[in-house]
Amino acid sequence: MLKPDQKQYWKENLTYLLILLSVWFIVSFGFGIIWVEELNQIRLGGYKLGFWFAQQGSIYIFVLIIFIYVWLMNRLDRKYQVNED
Amino acid sequence: MIENIWTYGLVALTFAIYIGVAIWSKAGSTKEFYVAGGGVSPLANGMATAADWMSAASFLSMAGIISFSGYIGSQYLMGWTGGYVLLALLLAPYLRKFGKFTVPDFIGERYYSQTARVIAVICALFVSFTYAVGQMKGVGVAFARFLEVKFEVGVGIGIVIVMFYAVLGGMKGITYTQVAQYCVLIFAYLVPAIFISLFVTGNPLPQLGLGGKLADGAWLLDRLDQIHTDLGFKAYTSTDVNRIDMFFVTAALMLGTAGLPHVIVRFFTVPRVKDARKSAGYALVFIAILYTTAPAIAVFAKTNLISEVEGKPYSEAPNWFTDWEHTGLLSFNDLNQDGKIQYYNDQNPQYVRKAEAQGLNGNELTIDPDIIVLANPEMASLPAWVIGLVVAGGLAAALSTAAGLLLVISTSISHDLLKKWLKPDITEKNELWAARISIMVAVIISGIAGINPPGFVAEVVAFAFGLAAASFFPAIVLGIFSSRVNKEGALAGMVVGLAFTASYILYFAVLGYGGPEDYWFGISPKGIGTLGMLLNLVVTLLITYITPAPPEDIKTMVQRIRVPKE
Repeated sequence: MLKPDQKQYWKENLTYLLILLSVWFIVSFGFGIIWVEELNQIRLGGYKLGFWFAQQGSIYIFVLIIFIYVWLMNRLDRKYQVNED
Repeated sequence: MIENIWTYGLVALTFAIYIGVAIWSKAGSTKEFYVAGGGVSPLANGMATAADWMSAASFLSMAGIISFSGYIGSQYLMGWTGGYVLLALLLAPYLRKFGKFTVPDFIGERYYSQTARVIAVICALFVSFTYAVGQMKGVGVAFARFLEVKFEVGVGIGIVIVMFYAVLGGMKGITYTQVAQYCVLIFAYLVPAIFISLFVTGNPLPQLGLGGKLADGAWLLDRLDQIHTDLGFKAYTSTDVNRIDMFFVTAALMLGTAGLPHVIVRFFTVPRVKDARKSAGYALVFIAILYTTAPAIAVFAKTNLISEVEGKPYSEAPNWFTDWEHTGLLSFNDLNQDGKIQYYNDQNPQYVRKAEAQGLNGNELTIDPDIIVLANPEMASLPAWVIGLVVAGGLAAALSTAAGLLLVISTSISHDLLKKWLKPDITEKNELWAARISIMVAVIISGIAGINPPGFVAEVVAFAFGLAAASFFPAIVLGIFSSRVNKEGALAGMVVGLAFTASYILYFAVLGYGGPEDYWFGISPKGIGTLGMLLNLVVTLLITYITPAPPEDIKTMVQRIRVPKE
């Protein structure tokens, strides 16, 4: 079984996942599909904002989400001394 | 003819590179053959994953599909990238810690059941095989269209090349050739895109050009909307689509991406858990370069195509127009005999009346969506070598995906079926031989099937994602995030999810009973995998809680894969 502080490690990991996956959902399914019409009232240069999220913005944010998770987890691994190096 | 010399030269050069890489990275053990020895750097693995992932369809067809579907095409863009977030956050690091070779390995051990392993093997084989057949067909098409060799000969050349580096190098050979193939395909995709972006909007970055202005100061997307409505079509960015179905299709593609065995297995090849996370990030960067360029190409090429051709006399049509007419990708039929090319939506009754009043007799131009990527270089008046580059890129995309899939097939047979089930006492040397032989047989069978695809293949490829989403995804994620889920639950969930999704697809898409008006909640067969996934989830949990908990050693295993190092 895990040591007690490793249980804490898992809990913190789950919190990160919950937050980041909410962002993942909101930028794609939310901004790109559910609220696309409302966002399309706003413009970003030649783009309507909802359309931009659906065809460009969501993808950029996906990349950011992964690298933020990498950074958070590297920090967490060190904090709980479960890092591999 | 000059184009052909460039094309032959570039294709031959890239093939020579792939073979060279294969000889350099020959596999010596089963671990090297299955997971490249587990020593691939996260950056190289990211590139290989991107090449593995982006198939002939991503390279050649996706921009065209978006071009002719407008806003709703976003479902492919978000669907085929968003899955990497799920992979990086929910699957890759834990499967890397688990540290075996295949997805059926995980399913079999986590659910302490040979039956679960065999179900997983069958799913993996089915999904990978249909997908691989599509790629081999793509290789044949590329050869036939550009190099004027017979379709069958083209597939034959593809078989020989893939066989050479896959049989010799296994995962190790495939990984490093995929790195080379990624470089070829992304270069080939970006060069014409940058030029056409400059040509249309004056901005070299397609991602910015798409939101940019035309030479006359109008916003590009507004102009394209205008062109569409002027010709009786729906505006390009119109959100007047079935957004419930769009939601479900996007989700099915994302969940399916995260459940596809040939993608997951790539994360077994990096040395550490932290590398698996980082590698998924790199993979998405490399994929995003192409996926954010595709919608730009879609718009540039469509605007260009319509404004250069519509309403113009046929005698003054640009050279590329008549060139591509020969291939059948464009066709012009002068219905009202006025010598001009008239393109409009003749399915729109209101517009048809208006058009008839102007002496039009129906839409005269048919365009195959594939032309959007293929004719790009000519539309932007680029030199002949760029065309050769696009061909080499398309082949790189098809070959890299085919190789990744074939490896899953061979590993499923030699490792999951032979070593772990039928003949556990097989020696390492013989297992390696079995792997080589099975990949050889798989290449040949999928090549032959690619020449003569069984009717179901074309349809099933599009649904592979839904099937992967409804079977693997919940079993793997629950296996990691719950230590309570047991064999009974997972088995029931997989069977129900798979049976439900497969029968819905079979009923509506393959057998063709019932049309869109009969779809449940308006969900098309492409999006049904999402519902299948939810069903799988519910059934798994329900059965789990009315049957006994899994044994203690399984619970310990789940605890252990959750931390990078105990």
